[in-house]
Amino acid sequence: MSAPFVPHTDGEIAEMLAWLGLSSLEDLFEAVPHAVRLAGGLDLPDHWSEADLNDRLEELASGNRPVGRDLVCFAGAGAYDHEIPAVVRALASRSEFVTAYTPYQPEVAQGVLQALFEYQTMVTRLTGLDVANASLYDGAASLVEAVNLAATATGNQRVLCSAGVNPRWRAQMATFARGSGHEIEAVPLADGVTDWSATDQPGSSGTAGAVVVATPNYLGCLEDVAAAREAADRLGARLVVCFDPVAAGVLRTPGSQGADVAVGEGQPFGIPLSFGGPYLGLFACRLADVRKLPGRLVGETVDTEGRTAYVATLRAREQDIRRERASSNVCTNETLMAITAAIQLGWLGTRGLAEIAIRSARAARYCREALLAIDGVEAAAAAPVLREFALRTPVEPGVLIDRLTGEGYLAGVVIDEGFEGTPYEGSLLVATTERRTRSEIDSFAQAFDKALR
Amino acid sequence: MSAPGGRATSAPRLGRETEPSLFDFSVAGRRSASFRTSDLPEWSLAELVDERYLATEPVQLAEVAERDLVAHFTRLSHRQYSVDLGAYPLGSCTMKYNPKSCDAAAAMPGFANVHPATPPSCSQGWLQVLVELEEALCAITGMTAATLQPAAGAAGELTGLLLMRAYHESRGEQRARVIIPDSAHGTNPASVVLGGYQVSTVGTSARGGVDLDQLRAALDTDVAGIMLTNPNTLGLFEEDIVEIATAVHDVGGLLYYDGANLNAILGIVRPGDMGFDIVHLNTHKTFATPHGGGGPGAGPVAVDDRLADFLPGPQPVRLEDGSFGYATPPKSIGRLHSWHGNALVLLRAWAYLRLNGADGLEQVARVAVLNANWLRERLRGAYDIPYDRRVMHECVVSAHALEKATGLRALDIAKRLLELGFHAPTVYFPHIVDEALMIEPTETESPQTLAALAEAFLTIANEAREGGSASEAKSAPRTTPVGRVDEARAARQLVATFDQRADSGS
Repeated sequence: MSAPFVPHTDGEIAEMLAWLGLSSLEDLFEAVPHAVRLAGGLDLPDHWSEADLNDRLEELASGNRPVGRDLVCFAGAGAYDHEIPAVVRALASRSEFVTAYTPYQPEVAQGVLQALFEYQTMVTRLTGLDVANASLYDGAASLVEAVNLAATATGNQRVLCSAGVNPRWRAQMATFARGSGHEIEAVPLADGVTDWSATDQPGSSGTAGAVVVATPNYLGCLEDVAAAREAADRLGARLVVCFDPVAAGVLRTPGSQGADVAVGEGQPFGIPLSFGGPYLGLFACRLADVRKLPGRLVGETVDTEGRTAYVATLRAREQDIRRERASSNVCTNETLMAITAAIQLGWLGTRGLAEIAIRSARAARYCREALLAIDGVEAAAAAPVLREFALRTPVEPGVLIDRLTGEGYLAGVVIDEGFEGTPYEGSLLVATTERRTRSEIDSFAQAFDKALR
Repeated sequence: MSAPGGRATSAPRLGRETEPSLFDFSVAGRRSASFRTSDLPEWSLAELVDERYLATEPVQLAEVAERDLVAHFTRLSHRQYSVDLGAYPLGSCTMKYNPKSCDAAAAMPGFANVHPATPPSCSQGWLQVLVELEEALCAITGMTAATLQPAAGAAGELTGLLLMRAYHESRGEQRARVIIPDSAHGTNPASVVLGGYQVSTVGTSARGGVDLDQLRAALDTDVAGIMLTNPNTLGLFEEDIVEIATAVHDVGGLLYYDGANLNAILGIVRPGDMGFDIVHLNTHKTFATPHGGGGPGAGPVAVDDRLADFLPGPQPVRLEDGSFGYATPPKSIGRLHSWHGNALVLLRAWAYLRLNGADGLEQVARVAVLNANWLRERLRGAYDIPYDRRVMHECVVSAHALEKATGLRALDIAKRLLELGFHAPTVYFPHIVDEALMIEPTETESPQTLAALAEAFLTIANEAREGGSASEAKSAPRTTPVGRVDEARAARQLVATFDQRADSGS
């Protein structure tokens, strides 16, 4: 028997067994009924060396096309190709952060706890809200938890969700509603932005637990949050705003526009595209709801000598103490991603954050104009956009994307799932970041034009 | 077995000085960031966005030089214990060593820089890894199909419960209750309620397993299923698992396997063979994916053929021509993740499984169990041993008698261990054991480290008994970056951001 990360020699194992009065390792498993024991071992190959593993990984990786010079990224849809500097990679991969467990013993976890405290501060400033938790799995998970909070706080299961919210987040919300019993109703879009008038029809049900809006929404359009706030007030609901943390560098904060809960996808802050995960669920709310806040919260306190110290606090909210009365089952979160985001925001600073928002918006304006100049390409919505936009193309966008990968571009994401039967179904969602240059966009537009013919 | 191991004194001592906040280092106008030269027109913000959407003031972040950033986070890292530093015997957390080659795999640009919406034709490598991982997880658990979408164990639990619900509903049955033993992890009852079920709790027998009489009394056709951790949180294998499975199946219920303790049985026995229908795994426990100070994890769920049609979708699949694509199962409960799950975590798990192989995984379980039993025997006499029979991968001992005799509590023992250079075990869990210390050494700690850990536990008990009081431990820890932390004050006077500090001026 050999296991690469087990340090014991055969002699040591024999010595330990003898001390226990056992003759073989098999004797340790006498409690396992023989009838169910696995005969013949696992149906897996025997172990590989690290060198063999690396060869295989190289081979598999060659079947992928990462974004970069050979595949310039114009895809977004919740996952963006932002700058990740060496300093962020280096600090976020420090093994003290990477290989720690949840900070159950604060005296030896001040590093993670303080980093989370700084992260929480940054998220409250980005959202204009009072408190932020120490992270959730991703933006979708944050939305699910926000809706749970709203339903619990109001005692109302009805959720009115803008059809402009990321369709995969909406799908996840629907999956969880199978258990929670939330009644989710979609509020339709009109020319790219939510039409809240539908919620104010005579005879429509008068109350709700949550009103959900995203700005910029999935189509990239900027929403009128005040209109969503009015709808929430009318319905007695909590207002949940899905925000874009990069756009937050220039846009009004969710909190200043009346959001009760703000949720977002933190991937743009130093986290690689990673084929979709692990990402980072941003979550902030008002102090009034802090006892319903899902997940961990780090607070500042002192130690026995009066020195500043940090600790996971308001623990009575959490599942390990509250058990079946807990409103969330979250235990493991995305702490390492939260620390990464805090480091990235430290690198960006006040001006850097605003700058990536402006640079992304400039690239979007330039790219949108270049693509709209192509014969047959039209805007899918007229509402103002910031850094992402939807286009109608004369060639089906899935086909277009395939053709353009051959030319070295990831052209965008097809709008399909969650938009069935709407005017936006079958359009192409294109995103830009501060990493896109004029020459990249010029050549992309040329290739795009060619791919349509 | 005399050389010390697992000591971690030097790094924490370096971090003894309180570290200011990043915001304390901020100087207006200082910066680190720089960006690509884009040559794009420099439109002003006002030209790009209507004023009504724009903030009047920028989001205030710390403005620091790269050098400050590095110093701050490096010093923070010196105030942090980690597996790389030493033994981390947190019970139920399986804090084994995280192989560096798995991290290196996750850092490869050919995996890390792939956009999740990349068409299958340009992400075959990723899809193959995910499909192979699903297949390996099925082989390990004895199941027929798996989903990799759940981002952590708790998400896996809820996925499993939603699958259970979908299964019963597809048969036209409305069942209301899920049974959980009183020794279960807190996530279990919380997940049950989020899954739309009520919790029925059954007690623990004198031998530390599920009380079969109580279970039989609780079972009827209103029961959707039972959630079990096996070995359970006492570290004990459920000896009556076959009887339990039969009883639950007889009333039409399903068996859910909480994979928190799967490390104990890799290659020894498979949940499917024990009668389980749904299994979640924690890759950050069993398959050594690093826990990141609290996450990320991944909580794949594997099921038997009765439930395969309900799995979340779309999921990566092997196509008839040998290439890879996506498919959504016919009665899918829907999405559990925005994309395909925590892919880079899953890649590490795939790499770990390859590095260990069938032979290595069996040895992992055997040595994990050997270590736990050896440690438990070393602690006998100094600590109480409840439910005294052979354990699996972890052991639960109690400081009940010590507390009565000397006032030494499980919490004090935990804090004194930190001072002696080890991370503490899990304390006060499971709730059914008074003054519980739940210790999981894992297979990656050497006999030398194990001996040093045992010595530390014995020293603490002896100090209290010989001194007649717990005074030494009561004031611990004194060598850590901070002393014992005032947790009550943190909750009473909530300061959850820098801006809520009394001296922050806001």
